[in-house]
Amino acid sequence: MAKVKDITRRVAILGGLGGAGYLIAKADSLTMGSGFQNVARVVEDWTMSAQRGLMGDRLAREYRASDISPFFKPNGTYDPGTDEYNGHVAQNFANWRLRIFGLVDKPLSLSLAELRRLPRRTQITRHDCVEGWSAIGMWTGVPMSLLLQAASLKINARYAVLRCADNLTGEPAKGGEQSPGQYYESIDLRDAFHPQTIMAYAMNGKPLDVAHGAPLRLRVERQLGYKQAKYVESIEITDSFSGIAGGRGGYWEDRGYEWYAGI
Amino acid sequence: MTERGPVAIDSRPENENWLARLRAWPRRLWHEAFGRVSEKEGFYRHGALVRLTHWINALCIIFLLGSGLNIFNAHPRLYWGMTGTDADQPFFSLGAVDTPAGPMGFTQIGAWQFDTTGVLGWSMADGQFQPRGWPSWMTIPGFQSLADARHWHFLFAWILLFNGLAYLLYSLWSRHLQKDIWPSGADIKAIPRSILDHIKLKHPTGDAARRYNVLQKLAYLGVIFLIVAMVLTGLTMSPGFNAIFPWLLDLFGGRQSARSLHFISAALILLFVIVHLVEVVLAGPINEIRSMLNGWYRIPQDHSKDRE
Repeated sequence: MAKVKDITRRVAILGGLGGAGYLIAKADSLTMGSGFQNVARVVEDWTMSAQRGLMGDRLAREYRASDISPFFKPNGTYDPGTDEYNGHVAQNFANWRLRIFGLVDKPLSLSLAELRRLPRRTQITRHDCVEGWSAIGMWTGVPMSLLLQAASLKINARYAVLRCADNLTGEPAKGGEQSPGQYYESIDLRDAFHPQTIMAYAMNGKPLDVAHGAPLRLRVERQLGYKQAKYVESIEITDSFSGIAGGRGGYWEDRGYEWYAGI
Repeated sequence: MTERGPVAIDSRPENENWLARLRAWPRRLWHEAFGRVSEKEGFYRHGALVRLTHWINALCIIFLLGSGLNIFNAHPRLYWGMTGTDADQPFFSLGAVDTPAGPMGFTQIGAWQFDTTGVLGWSMADGQFQPRGWPSWMTIPGFQSLADARHWHFLFAWILLFNGLAYLLYSLWSRHLQKDIWPSGADIKAIPRSILDHIKLKHPTGDAARRYNVLQKLAYLGVIFLIVAMVLTGLTMSPGFNAIFPWLLDLFGGRQSARSLHFISAALILLFVIVHLVEVVLAGPINEIRSMLNGWYRIPQDHSKDRE
């Protein structure tokens, strides 16, 4: 007779091989299930904790002017194209305002002219799209930390939620079902107060063009392209984003992508 | 041994009852796969941790290759340097173009372009032909989803990392790496002979079968190196990790170079896996697989001398 230990071992071996075979054979249907999506969020938490534990407030690499890409691929929305937005384009964004509200003591509403008078930061950084391509551009804008300090955050403030003027229809070829929706993004205060996190109004020394997010976009270096919200109209300070749109903190996050886009 | 003892391992020619032999076959296979090999016939070849990490690693490689190809499909072009977009010339790309004869899938390598319609660039998925770098049957998930493929990729990347560290630390501590895998001076001198043995498909027997041959050692060292390269080039693609270890960008020659090297290393790992599986089949699949399941390896005897 085989020993109990041997039988246990056989069961473990066969169970392991069977489990692995099941995973491989059922990968497609598992992908659609909530169990796998929950596992993915746990993995995202590990990645975020590990990266943040190691990176502290380190800066993303900054490049030389000669490194700037001659062609910087626009992506997502190329032109919001609504009547309201077209009106702003016609007026050269003279009446565009950035509103900062929510969990703040002093809500703000700033014109582009006012933003341009504030202290600015210029940085030449690399933009990595989640799809795989990269381009280098020079961005000039107001550090978000200055704006949030001016608005004076309440004690329970946790996230900055940016709402955008573009309604993105999505590109089915790039990933299954994508319903149209207003673009939005969110970052937490740790990224919001990072020195390289700016509300950029200029790219490569010129005012932002429409394809790249005119008149105002977020630059949160150390994260992927979809976090770099374009056409930003407002920053709402919240303690949670679960009640906004799909509840995952951003347009692409609501469509399955990670909220922490550092990888 | 009791009455239920081992089934005859050598198929006896006197047993002419083919039905009985056929019936005995599953039990024989079971015994071959799980039966303990005696010290006389063989030896304990793989420790438990090596076996466990081997199979976890195999599962990781399947999921990482499949999900990696799905991720690749989101931008099926490879470049050298720090940056690269559609405006730049890739050194490798998969794509589809319209021709008078209909859509054509192509594979471009440097200046060459090949028609790979139906497999690469343009293939069937979800019941219809579509532009698709790698075909559905190669990718995880089978449908095109960058978001979901990334979830699978990062899940198994974490498992691979811990599994790989467990293997490496154990192998260094137990001196498995130094004793069994690191080639000796005599091994290096035996390389030409080992190449000849491989060409002749001659596998070691007797005492020589207790050790890895030198090409085997080099292949295992090579795949360890490649997996380390996969982890590092993978992390170099992460903008968050770039802030942690920016020198990795310089080590690999830029972010897009790291992406390309990640892909090339994956291709070399796949090549290793194919050669590895072919060698398992040639060297006696049941014996080889058993030794990776319960650790016991039966030493192949040199039968050529019996006939002399």
